[in-house]
Amino acid sequence: MVERRVAAARALSETEVPTTALEEWRYSPIDKLDLSRYSPVSGLADPPMVQLHVEPAAIVRMVNGGIVMVEVDGEVAAKGVHVGSLFDHEDGRQLIGSVADGAADYFTRLNDSFAPDPVLVHVPRGVVIDRPIVITNHSAGEGSAVFPRLVVRIEEGASATILDRQTSDDNHDLLVCPVAEFDLADGAQLGYLNVQQLSESAWQIASQLSRVGKQATITAATAGLGGAYARTRADTRLVGRGAHGNLQALYFGDRDQSLDFRTFQDHVAPDTSSNLLYKGVIGGRSRSVYTGLIRVRPGARGTNAYQTNRNLKLGPDAWAESVPNLEIENNDVKCSHASSVSPVDEDQRFYLESRGVTTADAERLIVGGFLDEVLQALPVAAAVPSLKAALAARIAEATDGGDDNV
Amino acid sequence: MSELVVEGLRASVQGKVILDGVDLVVRSGEVHAIMGPNGSGKSTLSHVLAGRPGYAVLGGSATIDGVELLGLPAWKRAEAGLFLAMQYPTEVPGVAVKDMLTASRATDTDSDSIYARMEAEAERIGFSAKFLDRPLNVDLSGGEKKRNETLQLGVLKPKFAILDELDSGLDVDALRMVSRRVEEETKESGLGVIAITHYSRLFDELQPDVVHIFARGRIVETGGPKLADELEDTGYEKWAGTDKPEVVATADPFADPLA
Repeated sequence: MVERRVAAARALSETEVPTTALEEWRYSPIDKLDLSRYSPVSGLADPPMVQLHVEPAAIVRMVNGGIVMVEVDGEVAAKGVHVGSLFDHEDGRQLIGSVADGAADYFTRLNDSFAPDPVLVHVPRGVVIDRPIVITNHSAGEGSAVFPRLVVRIEEGASATILDRQTSDDNHDLLVCPVAEFDLADGAQLGYLNVQQLSESAWQIASQLSRVGKQATITAATAGLGGAYARTRADTRLVGRGAHGNLQALYFGDRDQSLDFRTFQDHVAPDTSSNLLYKGVIGGRSRSVYTGLIRVRPGARGTNAYQTNRNLKLGPDAWAESVPNLEIENNDVKCSHASSVSPVDEDQRFYLESRGVTTADAERLIVGGFLDEVLQALPVAAAVPSLKAALAARIAEATDGGDDNV
Repeated sequence: MSELVVEGLRASVQGKVILDGVDLVVRSGEVHAIMGPNGSGKSTLSHVLAGRPGYAVLGGSATIDGVELLGLPAWKRAEAGLFLAMQYPTEVPGVAVKDMLTASRATDTDSDSIYARMEAEAERIGFSAKFLDRPLNVDLSGGEKKRNETLQLGVLKPKFAILDELDSGLDVDALRMVSRRVEEETKESGLGVIAITHYSRLFDELQPDVVHIFARGRIVETGGPKLADELEDTGYEKWAGTDKPEVVATADPFADPLA
């Protein structure tokens, strides 16, 4: 690991620090990022608990990227499943970077250099875990730079779901750069839900990188609620024939938040399919950026790839940019993309109001209904009720125009 | 006994006068048919009364038991006792009928018993209860949408309902069920009804007390139920007229282009 860190630090010194002059950072406030303000930490804090409607298969709690607690259900452990520190697994050192190294950028290299205690989830061949694995990271401390690392390897025919939740202390200006990498062997299945509930003073630059083998399916979802500036880069490489990716996100920005999503659906092998649905709501003076690329490589005949990004703008000061892209190098494909940025539909609001629903409640219902399509499809169903409650609170704040409770 | 009184109502869309002095009084339990040719402003009347955005009211008043509706947000008109069964009910993705009715302030039913009332209403009009949890009007047939409107009417129990072409898109069986349900409501709860339609077939079950002919933005003739039958034979030609609508000076920039 020391060699890996040294190599990453060397690579980092040779990597250009991103600026908005680079296309992939164009709409971001990256120029405002002063890395010298932050320093890596490991420290204790009292992280919030996760509310889940089932008993999880395993729990890992991290603080500032360091593991503070691991609990694995006895039955699950007996099947040879590893959930815990990467250093406690004999293949850990081979597995870290197996996906991320092929998609490295400045911030994954920072993570390589500084991640204190990577978590490994390893599910052996043919093992099916039906309850979710829960991983939480809580970041704390003014000026902290936090580097959580999650490495997931699902072996042939195995299956698991993971809930990965990020939180941080209120009012702490800190930087979190999580990297999650997913390696799915042939026929493997993974459901991954990232719930980002950082405080609105935190910066996040996250990378979710996956490689999906033959006939394997990844369902990777993000719920982005927090952060002053929260960027999530999600790369899905479909490298085995018949590999499939369901890619989902819902996000909710308010006040001065800036939410930034970059997706890459990379179809390498034939007969691969991907279906991306990102839906977001922006209120206050918040901003959202979605930039997505579908690439179909020359050998990926029979590809089906879809990409949809929809944004609901709650007020005139909210701003959303949506940039879908296609890059197709094979003729035998079905691809489509769609994107929209629109206000709450006036006819929908009138319909609800005409039944006696106040203007504010009508907006609340419409916004909730807009996100419902993604909520229903999320891979960790047990996490949906608490996520719904968190969203309802956000929606209530954002739509409380004080118009009508007379 | 409640009273819906419309007096001298004038309204425009995109600078064009559509309602040009509507006078109408409907009391509890009464059914008023408003019939007229396409483009005469019948649907505009329903939208203006219900408070749909995009219309400019130029003058007149509309009250329920003395409460002025014009100028109130749509939900307060509903709270005052007005219901609009829409010709083209809007799809609202992700929002179920039960979510909407639970949030409604236009009902005295507490939210715990709303669902039971919805189920009972669904049963009465042959509307499958499976629709109660589905998103509003999404993937519903024309007939299902109209049953859904009728169900909401039955649950909310307004003082007055405007039925905007409730009969369009309905097969004979569905038409019979929804019009019978509205008729029952006039007797059970004293609902007053304004039924806008082209055709008299709505009135096989729903018995109109008064029939109005609507043309050129106003009521041009009022009579008894026989007037509806007469129209079936003669058509609207006699009233349609050819005079051009008046254009008012300032266009409303927020006018509804679909109106």
